[in-house]
Amino acid sequence: MRIRLLDRGFDPWREVAAYQAEQPQLAGKFGATTVFVGTLRDFNQGETVQRMTLEHYPDMTEKYLERVCHEAQSRWQVADMLVIHRHGVLAPNDPIVLVAVWSGHRDSAFAACRYIIDELKTRAPFWKKEETESGPRWVEQQ
Amino acid sequence: MSITVRFFASIREKLGKGEVLIEAKGVSSASDVWDRVASTPIPPNTLVAINQEHVSLAQAVRDGDEVAFFPPITGGAT
Repeated sequence: MRIRLLDRGFDPWREVAAYQAEQPQLAGKFGATTVFVGTLRDFNQGETVQRMTLEHYPDMTEKYLERVCHEAQSRWQVADMLVIHRHGVLAPNDPIVLVAVWSGHRDSAFAACRYIIDELKTRAPFWKKEETESGPRWVEQQ
Repeated sequence: MSITVRFFASIREKLGKGEVLIEAKGVSSASDVWDRVASTPIPPNTLVAINQEHVSLAQAVRDGDEVAFFPPITGGAT
């Protein structure tokens, strides 16, 4: 399992391929991989988004990402997980978050991936501030 | 010893500070901590963490704790 917070852009597809290549013990042990990538849109709530700053609470963020992953591991048969989350300044089209789950079967892979992204959205302390044509604004929870 | 108080996102901006240290004496809950550091009522829906664990405003605080106040979380993707 690997959890990373990055203050620079990343290529989620390369990260998944590179991580899998670094885990020889996984070979033959999984039959399903699910990958979720969240990307910054250039529109939100009726306005054009020019940039976004993602603030986080260092250490608490890692702690909760790890906890959510361990919860997923205890609920479903999961062979491995990779979570990467951005912080800092992002531009439209930049990946925000990657969740990848390797599992024996697709049901577990889908369920664990969904669980991780849904839980991190409400428990891992991140806050989005968008820069729009009408000025900066903090994104409110929907 | 003292209590470290941290603020994030819109709360940090409104208060104009990210971190302060306060004396633990006379402070028994997270709610007391807010009253000590801010002159305005705590904004609705504010979340609280003590030592980086989500807790309620009524949670007891102790000397040496780190108490954080922040708005609802908006990470991940929509």
